Formats: sequence, C-alpha cells, structure tokens
Amino acid sequence: MTDNFIQVEINGQPRQIAANLTVEALLKQIELSTPAVAVEVNLELIPREKHPSTLVQNGDQLEIVSLVGGG
Amino acid sequence: MVTQPTSIDSSSLDDSSSFQVGPFSLSSRLILGTGKYESFEVMQQSHQAAETDCVTIAVRREKLHDSDGRNILDFIDTNRYILLPNTAGCYDAETAVRCARMGREILRDLDNPGAEWVKLEVLGDSRTLLPDPLETLRACEKLVEEEFSVLCYTNDDPIMAMRLKKIGATSVMPAGSPIGSGLGVINHNNLSIILEMLKSEDRSFPVIVDAGVGTASDAAIAMELGADGVLLNTAVAGSANPVQMARAMMHGIKAGRLAFLAGRIPKSKYAAASSPEVGVIASRVKD
Repeated sequence: MTDNFIQVEINGQPRQIAANLTVEALLKQIELSTPAVAVEVNLELIPREKHPSTLVQNGDQLEIVSLVGGG
Repeated sequence: MVTQPTSIDSSSLDDSSSFQVGPFSLSSRLILGTGKYESFEVMQQSHQAAETDCVTIAVRREKLHDSDGRNILDFIDTNRYILLPNTAGCYDAETAVRCARMGREILRDLDNPGAEWVKLEVLGDSRTLLPDPLETLRACEKLVEEEFSVLCYTNDDPIMAMRLKKIGATSVMPAGSPIGSGLGVINHNNLSIILEMLKSEDRSFPVIVDAGVGTASDAAIAMELGADGVLLNTAVAGSANPVQMARAMMHGIKAGRLAFLAGRIPKSKYAAASSPEVGVIASRVKD
C-alpha cells in the first residue's frame, strides 16, 4: 500500500482504492448497474446528502446495495 | 312476459371499501412480489394483469461487475406502483433493521412513497423459512421507534400476532404456510382467531396473509376468512403462465372478499334440501 491508496472492503470483497475519496466520488468510480443504491460504512447508513462530505478511510467496510426482485 | 328484476344496488356487487395500510389507501387487495420471474417483461405483464398497485422489492448487495446492464427498476413504473421494500433473507434483528434503513434510503432517492413502510421479515431457519419470533419482535420494536410503518411477516400464532400489534406494527401478516410452499392456508382456525383478536377493537386493523399461496382458491380462502389482503409472489412467478395466474389471483381475491362481505352459510353435518319437500310426486316411505 502506498500513500495514494487505501485498503477497504466493499460488499465483503477486499479492494484497493485511491485515498481521499468521498463516498460520492467512489460511487462514480465503481461500475454500478443503477444509480439507485444505498451505502453503509461500517454498518452505518450514509444518507445521500452526506455522500459528498464523507471520506472513505483505510480499513472501512462498505456495503453498497440496490433493489432486486423479491417477495 | 318476464318480470324484470328490481334494480340491484350496484355498490353491493363490488367491494367499495378502501384498504388502508398505514399511510396508504390501496385500491387492490393484492400485493405482488417481483422475484423469481423468468424475465422482467413477464413480471411487468403480471403486475399489470393483477391490477395491483403495490409490489414488494428486496435489498441486495449491488453486483459490482454486472454486464447485463438491465435493472429491475426499468420495469417497474415507480409513479404507478408503491414499492414495499422487504428485509427478506435477514436472520437477526440488527441486520433486518439495517436492511430496512437501506431500502428506505433508496426509495427516498426514487421519490417513491414506499419509503414510509417496510415488510419486516426475520427468518429463523433456511429450510422452513419460518420467522424467528423473538428477533422479529425486537426488529419490529426498533423500526416502529424509527417511524417505519411496519408490515410484519409472522407465523400463524395468534399470541405473536397480538404482541406485534401491541408494539405498534401497522399490519400483521401471518403466513398461510411456508414461503413458496404453495400449501395455501393450512390452519384456518388460527387465521380466524388472529383476525378476531386483532380486529376486536378496530375492524380496520389490516391483516394480510403473506406467503404460502399456491393458487387462486388459496387467496380466495384467505379473503373469505376475513383477511384484508394477500401478499404473494411464487404462486404467480412460478406458474406455467404467470400473467394468467396473476389475473386469476385478482379474481380469487375479489371473489373471496365479496363472499366474506356477503356472509357464508353455516356449515352443517347433514343436507338441507333446496327444493320443497312437500308436493313431491313420488310416494316414498320416509326413512
């Protein structure tokens, strides 16, 4: 790991991402099937309005979820 | 010359009563799932054929490398349908609460009124998919505290149903039988007791039969017993012709509801002749 990268976990998978990314910026980098997602960082929901001000930190565990068919 | 029938009060031929569930007044008593369809197109047609105005949806980890590119939301008109996000697949209260919060967040972004409510489902075991009553109760309490309208999936236990209502569930949703089993309403007696107990002080408290429906008559039976609505998915999605079955469910629910309102005859062990017993031309020794 260099100074420019941090190690995080996204949806259970380890991933190296650029340091100093906000949640908003991270979502733009990731290939999402839909913009309709919700994001949790370390089990806490990050509401959409806080995506631009929330910095992803080294070691963070992220969950990115979307809607799928269900009963 | 035939005497014309006196005019029928047409309002009695349709169920005009509104189906109020928490913040929503639904025009259809059928809530349909969005899972297990062979294609999004068939799902969309089934929703249309069912004339439902509310469909359930699940929250899952976003597949980060999906080449398909098609999203379910492209096949659900969120201006027409109220989405009901579920917590399916959760086995403890904490996870179910997190799932509910994330569902609400997405629906708020979509500007869908379904952000207000959640179908709470906390399972106890993966083979039966029966609910874990203790975790369900804990999760329900927490979500009510967070101002969700909680539509709570539960087993057909009247005491549990009472507990859920008492802690503030918006609707109690007993399973007719295990999820996806197609066994229909197994315990008519328990469902009747649940309906009686939950509605004793407030007739309009919504009880929705959720899970187990196999075919239209199962849905009709739930409604005849006095349920306010039916939530189902597999019975339609898994049918050989889902669109046709969706229509059948719509009719089954309407028929069951009307029969409930009309009031069935009491069951009797012996026959009661429909034609007069006097004036029969055959002379028969009475036994």
